[in-house]
Amino acid sequence: MSIFFVTAIILGCCLSILSLGIFLGIKIFNIPDITTDGSYTFGAVITGVLMLQNISLFIILPLSILGGAIAGCFTGFIHTKFKVQPLLAGILVMTGFYSINLAIMGKSNLPLLNVSHFFNTQIIKIGNDTFSELFNQLLICLLIVGLIIFLLNYFLKTDMGLALRATGNNESMANAVGINTNSKKILGLAIGNGCIALSGFLVAQYQGFIDVNMGIGIVITGLGSVLIANTFIKWFGVHNLLLQLCCVVFGSIVFQLVLAITLTLGVDTIYLKLITALIVLSIVAFSNSKNQQAL
Amino acid sequence: MIQLENITVQVNKGLATEQTILNNLSASIKVQSFTVIVGANGSGKSTLLNTIAGNIICKDGVVLLDGNDVTKLPDYKRSRWIARVFQNPLEGTAPNLTIIENCRLAALRTKNKYLKIGIKKSFENHIKNQLAILEMGLENKLNTLVGNLSGGQRQALTLIMSVLDDCNILLLDEPTAALDPKTATTIMQLSNKLIKQYKLTGIMVTHNLKDAHAYGNRIIQLQEGKIVKDIEGEAKQQLTSEAMFNWF
Repeated sequence: MSIFFVTAIILGCCLSILSLGIFLGIKIFNIPDITTDGSYTFGAVITGVLMLQNISLFIILPLSILGGAIAGCFTGFIHTKFKVQPLLAGILVMTGFYSINLAIMGKSNLPLLNVSHFFNTQIIKIGNDTFSELFNQLLICLLIVGLIIFLLNYFLKTDMGLALRATGNNESMANAVGINTNSKKILGLAIGNGCIALSGFLVAQYQGFIDVNMGIGIVITGLGSVLIANTFIKWFGVHNLLLQLCCVVFGSIVFQLVLAITLTLGVDTIYLKLITALIVLSIVAFSNSKNQQAL
Repeated sequence: MIQLENITVQVNKGLATEQTILNNLSASIKVQSFTVIVGANGSGKSTLLNTIAGNIICKDGVVLLDGNDVTKLPDYKRSRWIARVFQNPLEGTAPNLTIIENCRLAALRTKNKYLKIGIKKSFENHIKNQLAILEMGLENKLNTLVGNLSGGQRQALTLIMSVLDDCNILLLDEPTAALDPKTATTIMQLSNKLIKQYKLTGIMVTHNLKDAHAYGNRIIQLQEGKIVKDIEGEAKQQLTSEAMFNWF
């Protein structure tokens, strides 16, 4: 039973990078970027297909991030050049990438058996085999998540990062201080979707297969995590950017744990997406009712 | 020097609802002057300001800033010369960024924003000195989110931000319309002071005839997209509020 929860935490860590990507998207557009469903799968597909070709993971890693970034650029480009609403632009790219993913894979599901991946690396040997394996998997996840948080925190504090945040926060101010808001939107979506694809890279290895449908509704998972994080950020009045990013990771882990608890109560896995939607709905409803009271 | 040559701005061109906002307007505004633009609603004041700023790209006519043809340049590129203060005090600053972060971006208005952290101790000290001019205590709140400030404080911050980087032209679009009378006076005096101190070319749109009378060395009245009155220098100083009131 406890192993079940540890795997939920590890999955939460893997998906926390996706949540960070969505957090960034929300900072820019105030709405979650729907490209996520496509770029997450794209990152996983690149990873799976190249792994089966026995290509080094250290080459696959940047390639999958780049793949996600390109998907994000498409959304940004469609939004800024053709004046398409960001929501629709994301849906268009997501839909298009479904075919691209299927074409690259050749079929809808590919198992990744007998290939070495990040999660069977052993950093430290502790306790019995099962415990040691889980511990190492968790450690690897935390190291990667830590690195991403560090990089994002640094980036958002640089002058370029400030320009990106201003673009999402107040466009007329951004233009008035000489910021090309269109290019910043594309940049932001590229970075966000790069993070999302990195999540795909990790999850593909962790679950040991890729599926063309694995991204369906994943944006809701990420959004739910960000909403949980926002609740913490509001409750504790977190202003520090680094702590806000940590809250997002924490939110992602909480989200997966809540899902895991629901499943241990004996709910059929068929209802997983329904439960996900209901959890997100209840968080949104809860935070909205709190807001009304505050007013 | 700002030169506007035969500027025409139309909306819904070719449709039954076609409307001419600016009608073949030409004007030349001298360096280090302070021009006040008045006119009834719909006379084209804000459109004129937006045409100079680049929010509106005019299809007919030429806009020259210091001799450079900027007619086709978008607003963020014209920010090399132009700083702006908006009618809505919330528009000039980013609420979810701190005071120091807003100031950092303003200090880079004419420069590229690179991948390096620019908010350092020396920068903070420089900004503290600048903010102290406001006498609002903002220099002690560098890490406060701008969204927590009042409208008046945000308008004052926008003004200071406009002179943190090289600035030639300051566009003020009804800067005091949304403020209480006392704050409005503070903002107007500060604008006037900064325009003189930094040798800026100021252009202000206002409905407040008292301000139009008290500030600036040139007054332009717009009507249906055309300049109908243009009074400068001595003549402007001798103008009375009553006389101006009768223009409308």
